[in-house]
Amino acid sequence: MNISIDVQDINSEVRVYVKGEIDAYTAPRLREKLYPLSDKDKVVMVVDLSEVSYMDSTGLGVFVGLFKNVRAHNGDFKIIGLSERLHRLFEITGLADIIHIKSHAEGGTQ
Amino acid sequence: MTKREYLEKDYRDALSKYLAEQTEQALYLGQKISKSAMESDISPEEIISIHQNALKQIFPELSKDEMHALDFLLEVMLEYGVAFRELQSLRHQQRELKSEMEIATNVQQTLLGTNIPVIDNLDIGAISVPAKHMSGDYFHFVEDEHKRVAVAIADIIGKGIPAALCMSMIKYAMDSLPENRTSPASVLESINRVVEQNVDSSMFITMFYGLYDPSNHIFTYASAGHEPGFFYDYQENEFKELTARGLLLGVDKRTMYKQYERKIEVGDMIILLSDGVTECRTNEGFIERDTLVELIQDSIHLDAQSIVNNLYKKLEKMQHFQLRDDFTLIIIRRKF
Repeated sequence: MNISIDVQDINSEVRVYVKGEIDAYTAPRLREKLYPLSDKDKVVMVVDLSEVSYMDSTGLGVFVGLFKNVRAHNGDFKIIGLSERLHRLFEITGLADIIHIKSHAEGGTQ
Repeated sequence: MTKREYLEKDYRDALSKYLAEQTEQALYLGQKISKSAMESDISPEEIISIHQNALKQIFPELSKDEMHALDFLLEVMLEYGVAFRELQSLRHQQRELKSEMEIATNVQQTLLGTNIPVIDNLDIGAISVPAKHMSGDYFHFVEDEHKRVAVAIADIIGKGIPAALCMSMIKYAMDSLPENRTSPASVLESINRVVEQNVDSSMFITMFYGLYDPSNHIFTYASAGHEPGFFYDYQENEFKELTARGLLLGVDKRTMYKQYERKIEVGDMIILLSDGVTECRTNEGFIERDTLVELIQDSIHLDAQSIVNNLYKKLEKMQHFQLRDDFTLIIIRRKF
């Protein structure tokens, strides 16, 4: 159960590359690392999940929390590089309608 | 004699025996002493002092230096003694926590208790198994005076105690809904407002709410981001996805939910599940929804409760009896 989280600041945009599995064991690490970054006014955060092989609903919880936090700071939150399975997770939960997401097929990893 | 004195005597006897014969049997006595010392809470440094006393008695003319060396060893063992006492106190705390956890589990089970309604023309089966002590899954049946059956199934994201606490809130929110709950969409809308106000931003809930009216066999339902269930068409012998769109509870308090309707014919089934069912992992990867359908097909000739029980047993086996997520499965079948 491993995860690596790489954060880059590119042109005032916070780019987050997540690699590995996001589940009940790794989600707290993701939360600890990303929450402080989302606590800025008008923050622009892009999370790339193209290297994520598995994510359960705990991971989804982290992203919902981040989304709400970014929105509260009038910022912009985006998730890119979703696999088919992850895309389905966002569709089922209705999050696809409110969070800006892009899957592999739509060139989300670019 | 105190425990310590008994131990001193046993130790001296065993040591003398070993010094005399050096046999496996005499060595084994040492092991036995170690065990009973642990049971009597004798610390490591006390063992050294027992050893020292035994030596004094067996060899009265032992040199002072050798005695001093043992005094030194005793001093070195002091920290191990502290660690030993810490372990004892942790063990004690753990026992306390465990019993509190058991009480909490019982409270939760009482709180979540629901009776499966008995309706002449419906066959209903339900199973819910937590991955840990406390479940983050919730399901509930309510039967009103018109024999309509309301069914709610919810999954709290997060597991264990936090999820269980959150679920108690859902339970009370559901209980305080007006008696006349004819609209699943408005049920979800009011629960959503409660959740949005009371739950931490990273916690959320998926919920499916349905209402079966046996007078016209219309199933009305709405979903708040819940894993889609299945609809089994008996005539066509076909499983279809019970699709319903809607946002998770607790994300946005203004969320409106869409309501769906489906006519249920004789033999048709409504299958509702929590994501623990579709997120079951085996060595070969995830269990696909197709596999799930096949597993249901295998026992489709049985009654609803046997189907859900069988499916659970098979999935449990496929996961080597280690549930990763709470598991809930409900089947409602129209008999005639």
